[in-house]
Amino acid sequence: MSNVMIYGEIKAGKIKKTAFEMASEGRKLADTLGGELSVVLIGQQAEQFAGDVAKYGADKVYIVEAAGLENYNSEYYAQALAHVIGEKKPDIVLIGHSMQGKDLAPRTAAKLGVAAIADCVSFALEDGKLAGKRPMYAGKCYADWVAVASPQIATARPNVLEVVENPKAGTVEKIAFSLDTGRATYTTKDLSLDTSGKVDLTEAEIIVSGGRGMGGSDYSLLEEMVAIFGSRATVGASRAAVDAGWRPHSDQVGQTGKTVTPNLYVACGISGSIQHLAGMGSSKVIVAINKDTEAPIFTKADYGIVGDLFKVVPEFNKELKTLLSE
Amino acid sequence: MKSLVCLKQVPDTESQIKVNPGGTGVVTDGIKYVINPYDEFSVEEALRLKEKFKAGEVVILSIGPDRVTEAIRTALAMGADKGIHVNDANLNDGDPFVIAQALAAAAGQGEYDVIFCGHRAIDDDFGEAGAMLAEFLKLPQVTLVTKVEVSEDKKTATVERDIEGGKEIVEVSLPCVLTSQKGLNEPRYASLPGIMKAKKKPIDQKTAADLGISAEAKLQAKNFSMPPERVAGKKFEGLEPAEVAKVVVTALRAEAKVI
Repeated sequence: MSNVMIYGEIKAGKIKKTAFEMASEGRKLADTLGGELSVVLIGQQAEQFAGDVAKYGADKVYIVEAAGLENYNSEYYAQALAHVIGEKKPDIVLIGHSMQGKDLAPRTAAKLGVAAIADCVSFALEDGKLAGKRPMYAGKCYADWVAVASPQIATARPNVLEVVENPKAGTVEKIAFSLDTGRATYTTKDLSLDTSGKVDLTEAEIIVSGGRGMGGSDYSLLEEMVAIFGSRATVGASRAAVDAGWRPHSDQVGQTGKTVTPNLYVACGISGSIQHLAGMGSSKVIVAINKDTEAPIFTKADYGIVGDLFKVVPEFNKELKTLLSE
Repeated sequence: MKSLVCLKQVPDTESQIKVNPGGTGVVTDGIKYVINPYDEFSVEEALRLKEKFKAGEVVILSIGPDRVTEAIRTALAMGADKGIHVNDANLNDGDPFVIAQALAAAAGQGEYDVIFCGHRAIDDDFGEAGAMLAEFLKLPQVTLVTKVEVSEDKKTATVERDIEGGKEIVEVSLPCVLTSQKGLNEPRYASLPGIMKAKKKPIDQKTAADLGISAEAKLQAKNFSMPPERVAGKKFEGLEPAEVAKVVVTALRAEAKVI
């Protein structure tokens, strides 16, 4: 029997949506393999989320709440996760490709003598083995990757896999574990999270992005649009805007910035270079507003508006406000 | 202050990537290669540390075929002191496990205060080498680093890192592995005198045998494919802003169903 285990990330006292995405996908895989789906939750008071993940198909929920696991750090969490994997021996392990996942998955894999198939956008089973389809060259091409060693570990891009409710028993088991504190790691001195509820670019459903055409650091028109859309939207920027110092590095979308997967990407004053398209090309719907009719972005936009963004965006905002208040 | 910078040579971001006819990989003819942008931040940060402590060495480590020498020379021209070029057909195209193993073996042959990796390479986008290398060497890792301050006694570093929706400040003991994120610094350009000096700096050549490792891959890739071509939808030109805004917003709900 091939079993699937997923890691449920808890951040700032909340369970992340990636946990539900991994569980939903894990459930599908476990059903095809005729096996069980388990979810691992690590940290303090992790048990309170057991019911949440059971809703998405967890047969079992393994809780690791040892001293020292109150705050995330790579070494301790990797120790804990590797321990659970070693004890329960799942065939497949899925982890969300969040910033924590990017830090945790490879270290855990290394402890187990394997590597992770990172940043998958879809999974399939071939002869009972996991195949993860993943983009490379910032999405300029794709390939299917398989693990030839055990356990098969993969990370999945946030915001891509479907979340499907499928309630199962979610039987809780607390795993006894004590950390090897002899292994060096870092200590967190300060954690400043934007508590305004702003969603990260890589997790946003709607992104309103500004490029060179913005002409300066005043992004208030775009911030207004984001405010109208609500908490699932955020502001992005092209490399030109970031390099000009108008927006922070963390806002950059593109091959040397972040790869995003929103349902809607509104590109304002962005010409659409290959590198920028590499970062947002898998958006479900692209709207482009640009003065230049020859801008490459128009070759990829679902709705292209040739016009002055400073005239179009205010009207856009007006229409949105009316529509969304209905 | 001795730093090791793990550097990868990757296709330039302007490169048109095409899948080969067999679907077993990408076409490499005519590709222009550069230093992985995230590794440039690493080189710069290592150089700054050496300058701050007014002593030490910056060593560049890279794995790959002959052409990789050029990337190492560029880093040497920026001011690094020497290079280690691991060039072995069994390792050059290695999966993350093989690469991390080779990096760890090479790093283990020296003694470094800080080992830098880019947070990911912009070709395969795996982003695992740094963390895996840290684990193999039993060193602490801090990933997605945007600021580094090493203590005067070189025993600890205070490091800022990128997390979703904010920043984290951590303290880590040296030696450690740090993976570089955009915003860490602005890399310097190699000067002409730097380029001339670089020609004389040593680059050690190593093979898998020199490192004492076998290249056993843990991952395999197949079915390389191009993404579905995204084509333009509707384009609106010559309309009044109020008019076109209404049309598109309506379509986003009624047609595209994204709002």
